[in-house]
Amino acid sequence: MYKIGIIGDRDSVLGFMALGFSVFEAENSNAASEILHRLAKSEEYAIVFIIENYSCEIENDIQKYKDRPLPAIISIPGQKGSNGYGMTSMKKAVERAVGADILFKD
Amino acid sequence: MEIRANPTRMELKKIQARYTTARRGHKLLKDKRDGLMKSFLELVREDKELRERVESSLKNVYGSFNAASAVSNPKMMQQALIVPKKECNLDVSFKNTMSVTVPVFSGKFVEQAQGTGSCNYGFAFTSGELDSSVRELGSVMKDLIRMAELEKTAQLLAEEIEKTRRRVNALEYIMIPKYISTMKTIKMKLDENERGNTTRLMKVKDMMVAQQLDQRKSDEAEDE
Repeated sequence: MYKIGIIGDRDSVLGFMALGFSVFEAENSNAASEILHRLAKSEEYAIVFIIENYSCEIENDIQKYKDRPLPAIISIPGQKGSNGYGMTSMKKAVERAVGADILFKD
Repeated sequence: MEIRANPTRMELKKIQARYTTARRGHKLLKDKRDGLMKSFLELVREDKELRERVESSLKNVYGSFNAASAVSNPKMMQQALIVPKKECNLDVSFKNTMSVTVPVFSGKFVEQAQGTGSCNYGFAFTSGELDSSVRELGSVMKDLIRMAELEKTAQLLAEEIEKTRRRVNALEYIMIPKYISTMKTIKMKLDENERGNTTRLMKVKDMMVAQQLDQRKSDEAEDE
């Protein structure tokens, strides 16, 4: 049985407490990456959501877990709105697989 | 470019065997790549739709949370939310799609407390906005988990596709041409040897015939 974690700024993640997610507040991206590594190491979390503002800053840390089946690290928009990072990471996956971006053309 | 090999029939046989294997492997990998690509593109399309939906509904949720926090004390709000009504547990099983192990998530909510409907806080100190935003968030939940599954699968498939594509290309553009050219060289060398051998035999035969003629001539001369 796995848990779901969420990392982000206080205002964005507060609501997820009510859903029974494990909520981790991070003041800045360094704290966020620290939490991320801890969660990945514990192997108790199958999904870790990260608020986009942080996830685009700690991209390198996220990349480390990209090729492992667990945990799934997913960016979601925070309270300040979406900066499109979540879409960008999918776009990158498509580029990696196909060699060219064929789906997200604007 | 070719492999250094002695121009012998044995080497030729060996390389021919390797060439057949490479061809078969190339075909298989190519099929695998196409299969992966097909499921990958389907996944990504679905994910794109889902992400758009999730992002817009999250926006709504944040909006109503903002409204809720505007009308109530932030401390109160945190107190209300900090004890979850449900515990979210995730069942993870693994599925094998084209030799890639991908996770399948199925979320399960374990109710922690009885009563009070969808919320686990008293209604006395919190606003109605909070109730509705929590409910809204709950409805996004399923999509969020599905999205996580899709994106993780897409990432893993992307890696596998990249690997397979490399292998296919290596076989197609390096290994197979190498084998072909090596086989050709060996065959040419063997043919050349064969021709050399024939000319030598012909030469030897000529010499033997000439010798016999000479012999006969000298015999005849002796008889007379």
